[in-house]
Amino acid sequence: MTWSEMEPLLSQALGETLRMVAWSTVIAVAAGLPVGVLLVLTDRGGLLRNLPVNRALGVVVNVGRSLPFVILMIALLSFTRGIVGTTIGWQAAVVPLSVGAVPFFARLVETAVREVDDGLVEAVRAMGGSTWTVVRKVLLPESLASLLAGATTTVIALIGYSAMAGVVGGGGLGDLALRYGYQRFETGFMWVIVALLVVLVTLVQLAGDLAARSADRRRRGPAPRLRLLRPRTP
Amino acid sequence: MDTIVITTTDLRKVYRSRGREVSALDGVDLTVREGEVLGVVGRSGAGKSTLIRCVNLLERPTSGTVEVAGRDLTALAGRTDRAPAALRAARAGIGMVFQHFNLLSTRTAQENVELPLEILGRAGRRDRARRARELLDLVGLSDEQARAYPAQLSGGQKQRVGIARALAGDPKVLLSDEATSALDPETTRAVLGLLRDLNRQLGLTVLLITHEMDVVKAVCDSAALMKGGRIVESGTVAELLATPGSELAGELFPVGGVPSGPDRTVVDLTFHGDSASRPVISQLARTYNVDVSILGAAMETVDGRQVGRMRIELPGRFEDNVVQIGYLRELGLQVDIADVTGEADVTGSAAPRAPGAAAAPGLPGLAAAEAAK
Ligand SMILES: Nc1ncnc2c1ncn2[C@@H]1O[C@H](COP(=O)(O)OP(=O)(O)OP(=O)(O)O)[C@@H](O)[C@H]1O
Ligand SMILES: [Mg+2]
Repeated sequence: MTWSEMEPLLSQALGETLRMVAWSTVIAVAAGLPVGVLLVLTDRGGLLRNLPVNRALGVVVNVGRSLPFVILMIALLSFTRGIVGTTIGWQAAVVPLSVGAVPFFARLVETAVREVDDGLVEAVRAMGGSTWTVVRKVLLPESLASLLAGATTTVIALIGYSAMAGVVGGGGLGDLALRYGYQRFETGFMWVIVALLVVLVTLVQLAGDLAARSADRRRRGPAPRLRLLRPRTP
Repeated sequence: MDTIVITTTDLRKVYRSRGREVSALDGVDLTVREGEVLGVVGRSGAGKSTLIRCVNLLERPTSGTVEVAGRDLTALAGRTDRAPAALRAARAGIGMVFQHFNLLSTRTAQENVELPLEILGRAGRRDRARRARELLDLVGLSDEQARAYPAQLSGGQKQRVGIARALAGDPKVLLSDEATSALDPETTRAVLGLLRDLNRQLGLTVLLITHEMDVVKAVCDSAALMKGGRIVESGTVAELLATPGSELAGELFPVGGVPSGPDRTVVDLTFHGDSASRPVISQLARTYNVDVSILGAAMETVDGRQVGRMRIELPGRFEDNVVQIGYLRELGLQVDIADVTGEADVTGSAAPRAPGAAAAPGLPGLAAAEAAK
């Protein structure tokens, strides 16, 4: 295959992968964040202590986390059709990707939020802050660095899952690699796709690390600058 | 002047965990007068933190009531764990300072002080920033420090930010749980001095928890001793000194020392009130021509007066010293015959003694009497 043959295929598949990952990340964050925070707040010693709710949420999250993604995808076929109207294409793949990523991210949120010092919560309560104030002014800002790291991990996991979603007609880079590399023995093309995925994952990790580091103020010294974008002055 | 600002009535707190019950507060009745600095001391686990956290209802008492500035906070608390708006509003009027500062690491010093203003709903970024600057200035921090993140500040500076933040809601009451326990002695002194200044300047009522007697001596008007969830002694420093056998007075002003030989009379003198400013020891020595030895002394100057305790030794037995002791009592001193004998005290003197106790065993005569002043 020549580059001019590969290029349109690649750009279309890359676009599909990016859209799948972007949308499912948005949904995973939008739903996983409150679930993760609730897992902390409803637990023993939490501000909204409610053990039945906590245990129920925990079970749902654990079930979601332990189902292999392929099985989740197949199990959700009719659900997906109900929502998107089809089971083919990147839009359809967003549904199982999101359902898989929400509990994944929720657990990471829970871990990040638990690390926030109880003393800070106590200080804001002593100031007259409500539970909502505690969440907004303490738990989320103070755990932001860990949340960003968690989001990065989730995006990378989603890139992996999205390749699997391709198998069930989701499209994207994974689907392309499978069709050309496995079915048509275009090994060279497959390696190009793999390289592209590696670059994509590396870029996401790099951006995530930078964002997490610039959100972290726990270390001494001034806030770190983005050295990649700004040349170091001697 | 004698308005009561904080009252707790029969306050009880029972923690239940895994079938075990711990009675952290066992009927605490406490009153703090307006403008007073009251120090609560006690061993670890005595319930001091539980008590102070019950005062602003961070911890809900099992029974009993808490009144702050005439309002019954326990009545505001409602039945659920969530604090209703009325209780939150009351809390906003009570400042709190913490041992580990509890500053948000993602906010600068100034933004930390702005936080309570945001919670209070003070409108206007500019106004909040200006007020925060004023408060930071009041606690002695520069504009440059106001822009620093907590990780860039020293412990003492962080606690100053903590105090500025506690003052943001213009509280009448400041609660402080071991605010200086994480600081070195010199920084401790500076922060305590700041608290004292704020107490005087703003008429702030301060309830502070500490395990250091030196803190009580440095800033407190009164003290209370907690043991096993109860307050076993309380009063102004002078009242405590005037109470025979007061454990707090003993710990605040520890005196030790054993008689230098048989046939001596060991006497503990307590200085409080007007008697304290007179050179009683030299008067005694001159009037009766006796050699007075100072075995130990712990004296402080409180509001320009010397208060504290001193252990002296007079030659001869008790029967020989009746007149001298009567003379000391006439001078207005509290005089207790110390129950120490040379032998018994060899072991007895190992009793715990607070750090910084100015014990000066065996210093002879008048020179020591002058030195102790
Ligand atoms: N959340 C809790 N659950 C169970 N028991 C508790 C809890 N908080 C405190 N206690 C118990 O209550 C008692 C009093 O604790 P508190 O923290 O008030 O003591 P303290 O006087 O402040 O001690 P320290 O000087 O060590 O800070 C202790 O026996 C402690 O174990
Ligand atoms: Mg404590």
